[in-house]
Amino acid sequence: MTGTWQLLRLVLRRDRVLLPLWAVILGLLPALYVSSFRELFPTTKDLQVYADLSRANAGFVGLYGPLDGASLGEIVAWRSGFLPVVVGLFSLLTVIRHTRANEEAGRTDLLGAGVTGRHAGLAAALAATLGANALLALVIASTLLAQGMPAPGSVLLALQYALAGAVFAGVGAVAAQAGQTARTARFLAVGGLATAYVLRLAGDVSALGNSSLAWLSWLSPVGWLHRTFPYGQNAWWPALLALALTAVLLAAAAVLQARRDVGAGLLAPRLGPATAAPSLRGPLGLAWRLHRGVLAGWVLGFALLGLVFGGVAQSVAALTTDNAGLARVFERMGGASAISDSFLASVLGLMGIFAAAFAVQAALRARDEEETGHAELVLATRTGRLRWLGSHVLFAGAGPAAALLAGGLTCGLMAGDAGGVLAGAAVQVPAAATLGAVAVLMIGALPRQAPAAWGVVAACFLLMLAGAVLGLDQWVLDLSPFTHTPHLPGGEARATPLVALSLVAVLLATAGVAAFRRRDVPAG
Amino acid sequence: MSAVEVTGLVKSFGRTKALDGLDLRVETGEVHGFLGPNGAGKTTTIRILLGLMRSDGGSARLLGGDPWAGATTLHRRLAYVPGDVTLWPNLSGGEVIDLLGRLRGGVDRRRRDELLERFDLDPRKKARTYSKGNRQKVALVAALSADVELLVLDEPTSGLDPLMEEVFREVVREERQTGDRTVLLSSHILSEVEALCDRVTIVRAGRTVETGTLAGLRHLTRTTITAELAGPVDGLATLPGVHGLRTDDRRVIFDVDSDALDPALRKLVGIGVRSLTSRPPTLEELFLRQYRKEPTA
Ligand SMILES: Nc1ncnc2c1ncn2[C@@H]1O[C@H](COP(=O)(O)OP(=O)(O)O)[C@@H](O)[C@H]1O
Ligand SMILES: [Mg+2]
Repeated sequence: MTGTWQLLRLVLRRDRVLLPLWAVILGLLPALYVSSFRELFPTTKDLQVYADLSRANAGFVGLYGPLDGASLGEIVAWRSGFLPVVVGLFSLLTVIRHTRANEEAGRTDLLGAGVTGRHAGLAAALAATLGANALLALVIASTLLAQGMPAPGSVLLALQYALAGAVFAGVGAVAAQAGQTARTARFLAVGGLATAYVLRLAGDVSALGNSSLAWLSWLSPVGWLHRTFPYGQNAWWPALLALALTAVLLAAAAVLQARRDVGAGLLAPRLGPATAAPSLRGPLGLAWRLHRGVLAGWVLGFALLGLVFGGVAQSVAALTTDNAGLARVFERMGGASAISDSFLASVLGLMGIFAAAFAVQAALRARDEEETGHAELVLATRTGRLRWLGSHVLFAGAGPAAALLAGGLTCGLMAGDAGGVLAGAAVQVPAAATLGAVAVLMIGALPRQAPAAWGVVAACFLLMLAGAVLGLDQWVLDLSPFTHTPHLPGGEARATPLVALSLVAVLLATAGVAAFRRRDVPAG
Repeated sequence: MSAVEVTGLVKSFGRTKALDGLDLRVETGEVHGFLGPNGAGKTTTIRILLGLMRSDGGSARLLGGDPWAGATTLHRRLAYVPGDVTLWPNLSGGEVIDLLGRLRGGVDRRRRDELLERFDLDPRKKARTYSKGNRQKVALVAALSADVELLVLDEPTSGLDPLMEEVFREVVREERQTGDRTVLLSSHILSEVEALCDRVTIVRAGRTVETGTLAGLRHLTRTTITAELAGPVDGLATLPGVHGLRTDDRRVIFDVDSDALDPALRKLVGIGVRSLTSRPPTLEELFLRQYRKEPTA
């Protein structure tokens, strides 16, 4: 472990803006929720009504987790229930960036030649990530206390976030040992997070219906953390479970690292073909080779997500026929079909954001190709720039569309409304493509800042999750293409915003390609 | 017609001036050495010639065309090996060679297999498992098996071991004998350029310092001789081509122009030699001398 301290300073230097910014922005959210809920629901009765409605809403429970009591604190803790997933995602990405991504780029060899111990790099990355999570917890707890919230609940809520970060930092550490490339490691770790989220979602929503799958929540660390119920039950023991899992994951990562060579993964690389298949021909054939794995992963993931969401929607519909009392509540909210429609519309919106992330990922692949020097090899042949970038843009557009259709189809079939749900998925395509096109524009015009396109996705996600609660002005909400996307099934299907968004997407992408054709490669 | 014609090329990256009026002329059919220390602007020049980058000033012509506007048509007639070869980690070496060949317009399978054999490369290995040298071999095999007029090779041997470097030299010599190919070979190693090239252009800090045939540049290459002699040293200092003579009793150290090597050595042998070491000039020494001679260059 010698050298950990020096490496930690290196990590903190590289992330000196990102880590604190992240901890502060996310950390302020719960306190903001407190003040906005105080305004929205001034009396206990208001809170009670809101809690009763939310508790039975499958869409809400799916997104945010189960709601137990009806106090202000409990509602705040519940309503910020998606944030642990965001914290987990950030943590695992940070760990992988400072471990496997370093190693892949050969930076570890440089450092390893100095006086650093075998585990120093991993230890430094984990220390920085856990430190950032501790800072996040500190911000959450102190701002909540400053708002006059009860101490035990505030501390537990803060701990909930930090532990979500810790568990998935551990997942990231294990994935960084298993995958030989940063890309594989990210794929494994994000897959782990998605699995944990979907298990929790399926279990929690099933608990609203006939409870046959409610046990699934207990397979998920995200589910455990929700079951601490801060400000209500204030249960500490699920937090201990998460702590124990973190310890197991970190130990596993250390053991795995001790057993492998620098640069190697767990899976030994196999030999490939000695000659290229006929399909590996032009830039499009190459792009297909580069994108197909990720594409298959997303399409499969969306199809599974669709199955789960569709099944959940169906159980919500069944619930209303089983339970007369609840049926009356649902009647007030617009009837059983309206409930399942609103659930489906909100999960399809979530899928839309995921699809946008896929679009950005696929588009940024082009920039990746440029930075690694692969683009130079191709562009020095008779392949023109338009064809080269175009082949990646094609996958950034068609890939998310395919994923959305796969998710819409399985979801619709499970929910018994294939046409309506498929339409609801299809209307997400222009918004997702718009964010992909923002990435293309960045690649052309501001290549060095291109990863900021992720920030745009994150901002739209935040607007979708928190925009309304925070009472942001409409013009701010309107900045996100998803604000303009029709809420289907159930909502009004309007073609104008879809056509407009498609036009914007085409325009942005065209501008990006045009800028790319005029600039240096690699960008100077 | 020249294969490459560059005059007064200027290119800046922010505040760094990478090229500052560089000239380069490569005649059709020759192997041209493009020599300069790291950071001299060789790669930048090549990227401009390939239409990957746009120059800020000066002119560049490649195979009679404009490298920026005519990039895709010109690229049919050339093959390029970048200085820092990175390959798609999931593709096997053979796949990369075939892909690059197809992107260039076709693969000569016999030539490809022959080169694979000579470079001792296993085409089934995934690119991520290749060392730098092996990645370079993949790019070299792909470029050398292409049926093109011009080869642009950016420091192609920097990762090769001496054995493979020799194979590379052999292949390039063969290319030169067939005579219908032009090769632009950038390097920062003088001996490599000496071994392969008809003409060289020497650049430093974005400018051309010297250009000509190797024989014409022979005066640039001085050898440093250190000798222990049997008798007193006299008459050596007055020999033409001997520079910087220092004597310490019977020990002598001096630099000698390559074309004056023969008379100088005869002189030493006449006195009687106890021990002798000679060291070829390093590129840096060459540049230092060049700059001393032409301080305004
Ligand atoms: N893309 C770039 N951005 C900024 N500076 C660069 C870039 N490419 C080259 N340079 C700078 O330009 C100069 C010339 O570099 P280069 O052409 O790579 O030299 P050489 O190939 O002769 O080693 C160096 O100082 C280098 O740092
Ligand atoms: Mg170079």
